[in-house]
Amino acid sequence: MRFSIYRYNPDIDAEPRMQDYDIALEPTDRMLLDALVRIKEHDDTLSLRRSCREGVCGSDAMNINGRNGLACITKLADVKEPVVIRPLPGLPVIRDLIVDMSQFFKQYHSIKPYLQNDTPEPEKERLQSPADREELNGLYECILCACCSTACPSFWWNPDKFVGPAGLLQAYRFIADTRDEATNERLDNLEDPYRLFRCHSIMNCVDVCPKGLNPTRAIGKIKEMMVKRTV
Amino acid sequence: MSIAKRQFDAVVVGAGGSGLRAALQLSESNLKVAVLSKVFPTRSHTVAAQGGVAASLGNDGEDNWHWHMFDTVKGSDYLGDQDAIEFMCRKANEAVYELEHFGMPFDRTPDGRIYQRPFGGQTRNYGEGPVKRSCAAADRTGHAMLHTLYQRNVRAHTQFFVEWMALDLIRDQSGDVLGVVAMEMETGEVMILQAKATLLATGGAGRIYSASTNAFINTGDGLGMAARAGIPLEDMEFWQFHPTGVAGAGVLITEGVRGEGGFLLNKNGERFMERYAPTVKDLASRDVVSRAMATEIKEGRGAGKDGEYILLKLDHLGADVIDKRLPGIREIAMKFANVDCTKDPIPVVPTCHYQMGGVPTNIHGQVYTLDNGAEKVVRGLYAAGECSCVSVHGANRLGTNSLLDLLVFGKSAAEQVVRDIAGDKAHKDLPKDATDRPLGRLARLDGATSGESVAEVGAEMRRTMQLHCGVFRFPDSLAEGVRKMLAVAERVKRTFTKDKSKVFNTARIEALELDNLVETAVSSMISATARQESRGAHDRSDFPNRDDVNWMKHTFWSKDGNRLEYKAVKLKPLTVETFQPKARVY
Amino acid sequence: MVNRTIVGAHYGLRDWLYQRITAVIMVVYVAGFFVLLCNGPKLDFATWRMMFTPQWMKYATLLFLFSLYLHAWIGVRDIVMDYVKHAGVRLALYAVFVIALLLYAAWSVRILWGI
Repeated sequence: MRFSIYRYNPDIDAEPRMQDYDIALEPTDRMLLDALVRIKEHDDTLSLRRSCREGVCGSDAMNINGRNGLACITKLADVKEPVVIRPLPGLPVIRDLIVDMSQFFKQYHSIKPYLQNDTPEPEKERLQSPADREELNGLYECILCACCSTACPSFWWNPDKFVGPAGLLQAYRFIADTRDEATNERLDNLEDPYRLFRCHSIMNCVDVCPKGLNPTRAIGKIKEMMVKRTV
Repeated sequence: MSIAKRQFDAVVVGAGGSGLRAALQLSESNLKVAVLSKVFPTRSHTVAAQGGVAASLGNDGEDNWHWHMFDTVKGSDYLGDQDAIEFMCRKANEAVYELEHFGMPFDRTPDGRIYQRPFGGQTRNYGEGPVKRSCAAADRTGHAMLHTLYQRNVRAHTQFFVEWMALDLIRDQSGDVLGVVAMEMETGEVMILQAKATLLATGGAGRIYSASTNAFINTGDGLGMAARAGIPLEDMEFWQFHPTGVAGAGVLITEGVRGEGGFLLNKNGERFMERYAPTVKDLASRDVVSRAMATEIKEGRGAGKDGEYILLKLDHLGADVIDKRLPGIREIAMKFANVDCTKDPIPVVPTCHYQMGGVPTNIHGQVYTLDNGAEKVVRGLYAAGECSCVSVHGANRLGTNSLLDLLVFGKSAAEQVVRDIAGDKAHKDLPKDATDRPLGRLARLDGATSGESVAEVGAEMRRTMQLHCGVFRFPDSLAEGVRKMLAVAERVKRTFTKDKSKVFNTARIEALELDNLVETAVSSMISATARQESRGAHDRSDFPNRDDVNWMKHTFWSKDGNRLEYKAVKLKPLTVETFQPKARVY
Repeated sequence: MVNRTIVGAHYGLRDWLYQRITAVIMVVYVAGFFVLLCNGPKLDFATWRMMFTPQWMKYATLLFLFSLYLHAWIGVRDIVMDYVKHAGVRLALYAVFVIALLLYAAWSVRILWGI
């Protein structure tokens, strides 16, 4: 199978280049990650991140034939040859398919991604109705792979100022949690022309999310809550 | 060459469940903590845990920690230390409530409490029937837990060293551990992290098998470091084979599927677990179910073209239950088995899943060595989670007890660290040879111009484990396995990478990981060959029965000369009566 | 000055809301205008002029045009925010746009009430 892979090692290369690989796959190689691991057996200088190989850890996000996705759950049968693989767009490349994700995590951290509740803890669990718990579905499942944020033009232009779809999805995950008491502070934190309002509902995030989540809807709900609070 | 050095009160190696739980405790105790992780914390393998965390909350039917303790002792095939098991089961409710207060998005019962489901080996009233003890967030409990713990650490301002790999422990003449030598993966820079306490939370080494549910990063780094530093590894012959890994892919299908009402079928459509475990059937403990499946396959009743797998049927639960309680499983079945599990059964096989053994620790997370058969605490070294062996899981772990283990012992180890270093004002002086071993390993790799391919030697190691140390173990095969593995270990000393770059050199990382994997593999092969009985996950054709007279003892393997020692199982719990060994029937 | 990313302007919702409201006004006006055109007599300069003689039509059209300018202001500012990083240049561009839009607004009043 034929692959064209983005290669760049600052130690050696003056500029990034595309390298072609034509490799024989084993019958057990079903996912793109299997193929990349196979390539690395032949050429150990190819660097990429990978861990769980089942789509829950979020390590192996990359740009596959122009579209962000996780290599471990992208079936080889579904991709067109030659498979063109590049690092996630919009973030600085450290080496080959490995990007510097600090900016992405900085934005995630900026929304205070933890439950805030100052009421003294009860002896047992805090109660939450199944319906209230259901509000968190489609939010808490995020694996922080960055496929969405790095597919978002607004994040490309302002990665330092715009929280991005992943961070905003998590912001809403805590706003939507009936146990969280910091909704006002969270809304205040996002009331900014950049942090939230750079989202122009382009919906690339929804299109690429490997977990089928919908950040645009979550962002819409945040705006809705702001409107309710204001008018 | 001078190497940068930084000083901390405590260094935690690993940022999975136990590492994060420990780090949180340490940070909230206002210690200066460094947490090292090869991957961003939420990418640690705890993220892949699915079914739940055990606690006898009794939210849906009566339950108590005595029953949980009994199940765990029985599940361990009486090899678990009963003091540790009591400790863990009694702390379970507190640990789970704490997690809920941290924001864990547990599923809920109609009255708003934490949702609980049945799981393998978890029973009511000392084995009468299944009990709902597994606290779950759909089939993403590990993911929800890991993210919650990470988030809580963000709140506590824990200092993370992300994408740093610990290379070796620093141990001085008197045997005290004074920190680690670690490498930043992005730059290749090596640094000494000096600490009054070093806590290993590096997880298991399930990657020593070809068919494994484990992530690529599960390379037993803590075990390798401990072994090289002269610390023995305990009970390494006990490897859990999870009954339901997707055939061919190895990806985990939670036991929660059977907890919710799914069951296993052979090619004749027979629900064969009724024959092996008449009372709890498909919810027997994992070693029992895996053996039953392997027997069915061996005796020609496996499904598939070559009779190579068993079918996991769950379509009768209905699409609603599946989408609500097992959404991740539906996704995995679709992706990795091309099966819509709301219509067709999923092809599964027993797959290496969990390491019951590990670095020997007591219930306070203190690592110890054996001194004439007695426990001797290694000052400054602690361990928690899968890399440790407390031993609460004995010869076989019950599903959902691993997430509990890492919460309870992550916290208790950290509490012990806080107590131990309360009086220590200054760091102990580092020995002169502190960096010799890790720098030597790096220099060898950097200097090697030819040698063994990491991928090939690694594959040979995995094949050997798979073939010679699987669900069923045979004397001749074990002996051959030891020979092969010792040869693999020799080859590992000559590995070579083409890539010599400093920047994010993953080839070098993989070579360093193989150093750790092979220590685990050798210890497992040798420990398994020596244990002449069948107990829990260790099943020998030549010794088909459990031997409580001669083998109620833990194995301790030392790297130095592949020496084996033994220590009796602790049968005396902390406060209750001993559960005497009985025949194990489910 | 320290080169540091600063956010937290504590506005944004109002503009986002204005943009939605003005959009709705423009859609309603355009739809209504279209209906008027279709139902009216043959379109020549006289009828076109006639259409704008009632006071309510003048106000409606003015509302439409003001909505357009406000909408355009927010939209253009968003684009400038994305692509023009230099604060001085950005401020100058804002000034140009604001002055232009204010002039358009005044001009609109003159045209409508000049009929």
